[in-house]
Amino acid sequence: MQTERNKTMMIQKKYSPFLSFVRKEFFHIFRDRWTSIILLIMPILMIILFGFAITTEVKNAKIAIFDPSQDAATHAIVDKLSTSEYFTIETYICSQNEIDNLLKKGNIGLIVVFSEHFYENMMHSGDAQIQLIADGSDPNYAYTLTQYASALLGSYQKENILPNINPPFQIETEIKMLYNPTLKGAYNTVPGVLGMVLMLICAMMTSISIAREKEFGNMEVLLVSPLKPITIILSKTVPYIVLSLINFTSIMLLAVFALKVPIAGNIALIALISLIFIFVSLALGLLISTIVKTQIVAMLISGVVLMFPVILLSGMIFPVESMGLFFQYLAKILPANWYIAAIRKVMIQGLGITSVYKELIVLISMAVFLIAVSIKKFKVRIE
Amino acid sequence: MNSTAYNYQNDISIRTEGLTKRFGNFTAVDNITFHVKKGEIFGFLGANGAGKTTAIKMLCGLSKPTSGIAIVAGYDVATQSEQIKKNIGYMSQKFALYDDLKVWENMRLYAGIYGMEEKKIAYRINEILIQLGFENEKNKFVKALPIGWKQKLAFSISIIHQPEIVFLDEPTGGVDPAARRQFWELIYATAEKGITVFVTTHYMDEAEYCNRICILVDGKIVALNSPKKLKETFAAQNIDEVFQLLARNANRT
Repeated sequence: MQTERNKTMMIQKKYSPFLSFVRKEFFHIFRDRWTSIILLIMPILMIILFGFAITTEVKNAKIAIFDPSQDAATHAIVDKLSTSEYFTIETYICSQNEIDNLLKKGNIGLIVVFSEHFYENMMHSGDAQIQLIADGSDPNYAYTLTQYASALLGSYQKENILPNINPPFQIETEIKMLYNPTLKGAYNTVPGVLGMVLMLICAMMTSISIAREKEFGNMEVLLVSPLKPITIILSKTVPYIVLSLINFTSIMLLAVFALKVPIAGNIALIALISLIFIFVSLALGLLISTIVKTQIVAMLISGVVLMFPVILLSGMIFPVESMGLFFQYLAKILPANWYIAAIRKVMIQGLGITSVYKELIVLISMAVFLIAVSIKKFKVRIE
Repeated sequence: MNSTAYNYQNDISIRTEGLTKRFGNFTAVDNITFHVKKGEIFGFLGANGAGKTTAIKMLCGLSKPTSGIAIVAGYDVATQSEQIKKNIGYMSQKFALYDDLKVWENMRLYAGIYGMEEKKIAYRINEILIQLGFENEKNKFVKALPIGWKQKLAFSISIIHQPEIVFLDEPTGGVDPAARRQFWELIYATAEKGITVFVTTHYMDEAEYCNRICILVDGKIVALNSPKKLKETFAAQNIDEVFQLLARNANRT
């Protein structure tokens, strides 16, 4: 023990104020059961919950059929739909006019509409048409239903391409979302959860931990000590940066291995974007901590001002495109949305850095602006 | 009094001259001049809003004076706040210990914050544990300690780096009389080692323990002397009477 001490003495004669402080922060985190659960277990639960909630398999969804053709092909397709485990045919309708009323009742999720003379068109001109009409008021569900139906139609098409039929026919499915015509961005679990978790850890936890110092009077003593305000801020943020990176890694691993979301783009680029977003969130947390005095207020503000908008306006649950203009503009000033958009592009669509320039520039400017403001506001004085 | 301060420069821990702090039209601290000798226990008394906190902030280098001079531990508060911070200790009513750290971890943290040497830290931690009779509590979490013990620990930690001056801002708030007595024994022991103690309090019986006290009313010094002399001057039984007499004319409370 003694020799060990002497060794450390030779390397570092003075006990670094910064390191003592960082060490203390880790004690705070790991000695409090709830803090460690929130920081390390909740992100994993969130990705699993959101991941599986959104990719829930559709089973026996109630659908309706409008079939004015009543021929071999339409019967075969209806058969295929009804025998699949995904769909149950609830009713057949006789006129296009019934569609609206049927969907408004709410128990039918999808209506399959065949064009007239389906089989004839399919065999001769090759442009038989099926329209899938879904209830877009629950966009995620609607999206999944249309995906499943399209897949079944596709497989019918493949099975029936026979060599002696010339030319090969083509069934065109047209997907139409009522009440929510464009469904972009509804299906976005992993980038969304990443944004939420990083925001939670960096902004919320940092603001709470600084508010704690104020609440218990430690900040007074720290400000009277030779520690520079910048050292206090840095040592407050380092542990959360480390935890964010751990969570980033675990979410990525879960995404790939549990949710089977392939990482289409460059992982280094994803990490870089995440790091920039971490700085934005930390700065937001610092800013909140400069205006509040107690932990509970810090938590409420970061919850109400940061978390709810991220959950509601990021397109993770409700598509932003279907919201009012005001909310679309509001969504534009949320850092998390730019982050989620960038991660979506790189991770899901596999695009390179040139396609996320705009997002990167916005995030970096936000980071610089917020860090400057919060350091300026972190005044050296006791309240 | 000023000339005395100049002559005995080396014996002076704190010296102010015309120290003033204004916030807009409001003069929180109004032209105060005093000096505190090394190893002295100096009491700073005043009602809420009298300007005590503002004055302490300036002396600790947290707030710059609007006018006047204050020299603390040989450094000017207006320009050398970094040096001042290294040479003072500070403890407030809230104690500022971390409940989820052990007794020795709290000590080590503050020793680290003051950039003390590794060897010295170990020595001081031991010394304090023995002085407080806390050898068995070394590995206990602070939240498990009774409030009187926390207060003694907080005080000892505020002087772990052996500063020249320690500022105590109402250190005995919420502590029972028996614990307060013990706490003052600790303060005496500290002053005997040559550390200057600058203490604010609103317990008038505690004021009697100070070597000298300074009474602040509406940002101005209205009395400054030893408790005994003050009682004589105002023909009072105790400091409480002196204080009531002087504070009666206060405009702001």
